[in-house]
Amino acid sequence: MQISLRASVTMIHGMFFGCFFMMAVFAAVVEMIASTYTAGGFELSARGRSLAAIYLTLTAALGWLAVLGGTYIVYPWYRVHPPAGITDLTAYPQWLLLSSGATSGWHELGMEWKEHVAWLAPIAMTMTAYVLIAQRAAVKQCRQIRHAVLVFACVALVSAGIAAFFGAMINKQAPVNGGPEIHLFSER
Amino acid sequence: MTEPEATIPNGPAAAAILSAGIGSCTLAVLAVASDGSKTLTHWLSFYPPSGSLSGVTSVAVVVWLAAWLVLARLWRHRTVNFSRISVLSFVLLAIALLLTFPPLADRLLRK
Repeated sequence: MQISLRASVTMIHGMFFGCFFMMAVFAAVVEMIASTYTAGGFELSARGRSLAAIYLTLTAALGWLAVLGGTYIVYPWYRVHPPAGITDLTAYPQWLLLSSGATSGWHELGMEWKEHVAWLAPIAMTMTAYVLIAQRAAVKQCRQIRHAVLVFACVALVSAGIAAFFGAMINKQAPVNGGPEIHLFSER
Repeated sequence: MTEPEATIPNGPAAAAILSAGIGSCTLAVLAVASDGSKTLTHWLSFYPPSGSLSGVTSVAVVVWLAAWLVLARLWRHRTVNFSRISVLSFVLLAIALLLTFPPLADRLLRK
C-alpha cells in the first residue's frame, strides 16, 4: 500500500487541517448559539476557561495551517505548467481540468472561488478566538458583540465548507500526485 | 427596555471585529483587481509558484493586522458605538463574500 508524497501532503492539507478546522468551527458555533439561550448564563471555571482558550487557539491555528499549506505547498503542484508538446496532462491538474469543457468549471469556478474564500475563514476565526478569550468580559456585557462574533464564525464555517467541497471534488477530478512514493504497509 | 450602560470598554472587541472585516474585504478587492490587471498580477506574485494568490493574501493579512493594531490602540480604553461598527463590519464581510464568488467578479470585470 503506497501513496505519493504530493497526494499525502494534499490529504493532510484537506482531510486533517481543513476538515478538523471545519469540525472545530462548527462546534464553536454550536457552543456560541447554545450559550445565547442559557437561562441566567453560565460561568466557566478557571480550568474551563483555559481549556476553551486552548480549543479556540488550536481551531484558529488549524485554519492557518490549512490555508498556508494549501497556498504555498499544494496549489503550486496543482497549477504547475506542463512542458510544451506534452499530451498526458495527468501530472498537471489545472491543465487537465481546463483541457475539457466538461471539467473546466471545476477550475474556473471551484478553484478560483476556493483559493480566495478559504482565507476568510482563519481571519474570522482568529478574531473570534481573540474576542472570546481576551474580551470575555465585554462579550458577557454586550450581547451585540457576541452576535457579531457569531456571524463571523458562521462565515468562517461557510467559507471553509466551500473550500472543502471544491477541494475534495477537484482532487477527485484531477488528483494532485507525484513525488516520491511513501510505502505505508508492505504487501505480502 | 434599554440595555445597562457599558462599564467595560468595548473598543478592543470592536477593533478586532472591524479589522477582520477590513482584512476580508481587502483580500476580495485585491483578488478581483489582480484578476483584471496583468501588472497587478505580476506585482502580487510574491511567491511565483503560487502566482498572485501569494501577494493577494499576504497584503490582505498585513492590512488586517495593521488595521487591528491601529484600531486597538485608538480604542483601547474607549466604548464605541458598537451598532455602527458591527454594521460596517458586516457590510465589509458581505462585500468580501460576494467578490470572492468568481461569476460576480467576472461580471464586474466584464469578462
